[in-house]
Amino acid sequence: MREKAYTRDAYGRTLIELGRIRKEIVVLDADLSTSTRTAWFGREFPDRFFNFGVAEANMMSAAAGLASSGKIPFVSTFAVFATGRAYNQYRTSIAYPNLNVKIVATHSGISVGEDGPTHFCIEDIAIMRALPNTTVLVPADAVETEAAVKASVDHYGPVYIRLSRPKLPVIYEEGYRWRGEKLTFRIGGSVTLREGEDVTLVASGLMVSRALDAAEALAREGIEAAVIDLYSIKPIDRETLTEAARRTGAIVTCEEHNVCGGVGSAVAEVLVETVPVPMEMVGVKDTFAESGSMEDLLTKYGLTSKDIVEAAKRVIKRKS
Amino acid sequence: MKTVLSLELSLINYSVKGLGYGANLLMVRLGCKGEGEVFHSDELVARLRRIALQLRRDVLKMTTKAGSGHPGGSLSAADIITALYFHHLRHDPKNPKWEDRDRFILSKGHSCPVLYAALARCGYFPVEELWRLRKIGSMLQGHPDMLKTPGVEASTGNLGQGLSIGIGMALAARLDGKDYRVYVMLGDGELDEGQVWEAAMAASHFRLNNITAIVDYNGLQLDGFTEDIMSLEPLAEKWRAFGWHTIEIDGHNMRQILDALDMAVMVKGKPTAIIAHTVKGKGVSFMENRVEFHGKALTEEQLRKALEELRWEG
Repeated sequence: MREKAYTRDAYGRTLIELGRIRKEIVVLDADLSTSTRTAWFGREFPDRFFNFGVAEANMMSAAAGLASSGKIPFVSTFAVFATGRAYNQYRTSIAYPNLNVKIVATHSGISVGEDGPTHFCIEDIAIMRALPNTTVLVPADAVETEAAVKASVDHYGPVYIRLSRPKLPVIYEEGYRWRGEKLTFRIGGSVTLREGEDVTLVASGLMVSRALDAAEALAREGIEAAVIDLYSIKPIDRETLTEAARRTGAIVTCEEHNVCGGVGSAVAEVLVETVPVPMEMVGVKDTFAESGSMEDLLTKYGLTSKDIVEAAKRVIKRKS
Repeated sequence: MKTVLSLELSLINYSVKGLGYGANLLMVRLGCKGEGEVFHSDELVARLRRIALQLRRDVLKMTTKAGSGHPGGSLSAADIITALYFHHLRHDPKNPKWEDRDRFILSKGHSCPVLYAALARCGYFPVEELWRLRKIGSMLQGHPDMLKTPGVEASTGNLGQGLSIGIGMALAARLDGKDYRVYVMLGDGELDEGQVWEAAMAASHFRLNNITAIVDYNGLQLDGFTEDIMSLEPLAEKWRAFGWHTIEIDGHNMRQILDALDMAVMVKGKPTAIIAHTVKGKGVSFMENRVEFHGKALTEEQLRKALEELRWEG
């Protein structure tokens, strides 16, 4: 059993760490700073923290003005508001002029739980990756969140980082290591967590730990599954995905997002052009879902390790 | 230099020609005490009026050449844009990214022909570029693009966003201890956008006295008169209620424009809104107050007639 930690806690801590060395970092929130953890930065650097109240559109465009004046704004709110309430502001004020704004959205997916579908966001990856100039990152745990936030600052241009509400199982060892090996978080990269010859599980965010569990369950049945943590949805690691398709001949994508336009779609867009192989997509099947506990929701809407195991078996059968 | 020795406030009642309504103008006369001089000389005003005429001619020529564009709202904004770029703003066309420059954001981005004309006539880029407006490969896009056009401070055109962008710039100035100022021009139809009022609330909340909003109040939007489509009145009261120092002027009276811009610099602790009463299509008889010239270029024949009207008469 893995330990659990909040990715948004990691975000809040990393912001303070970065804020100490990068004076050009400013942080904007829309009355959710306690939940997104940007309030921690606000306490440390009150002059560089701006609470815009419940006014996401204004906040997003203001970030454009700060960025064009040399600041590195981090803009935070829930995913549904960051990409829904301020979509056009992000698109026109930030993405179009390629401004150096980092949007870190928490409370993505259906793991928001009891607050229900009005507060879920199962479309943000699709929205953001459809926009030119935009980098889309989905860290798998608290450790990778820290790495993603740091990498976003070293990259010039708009970056969208998707975080969760609940605590997530911690996959990586401290300092971003996997089984002792030090990793480098690379925009456009991925981590191959497990090798296998029969099928590749490509997962992002909360689904990465579930894909690892699924791979272990499959191994007990004699099926060897590779597992890729696809933390960078855009740009996407074409080489690793293509090599995985070539080697295993079958792909299962796992995402806490609508299967329309999300991680599965992004992977399919690559593989249809390189090595087309049978694919199955584990994700939210184009429904708004409902209120409930996180585990009940993930079970009812098909996002458990068992769902991944079944998808893997189905896709292996389709191999020619 | 904006050094002012004394500030004299006078309440002047005036009426805007052509619109037929009166308004109270809180006007600032900036003068050098003792000599009793008017701060803005007649020569300056005459020079700016001449430039405004040139910009109007440019606007009509470039949009007709492009075969599309938004001449009506460009003409209503022409005098204010002239006052800004040819007198009031601290800027350097040879160094568009100068850190200490004042920033001007055209939030009503569709009126960019007049902004492009001003930038070209200031020397940001050659005047010949104006004749390539909206053509493939041109630096002059249908709406402002801050990456393609030197001097354009923000990519706008999806209405309602410029004031918010300006707030970001004004906050950055404060953080950096810089004294540059931010000017945002909004259309009156644009004020239908809720984001404008989010921004209006935020600018006074953050006590930004380094930002000035200028409303080009020409009374027309794409579908008709603003009062028919979505009424704005009482507009000045709205801005005041949101915490802005609010000045109403005749947006075609060069002296009033210059005075209002200077007054905004003097206001402490709050942002200033200048509500400029203007006429859409100003300067061309058959375009004035006509909604059809919101987003339609003149024909060659109309252009010829218009240019005949736009001649310097002193």
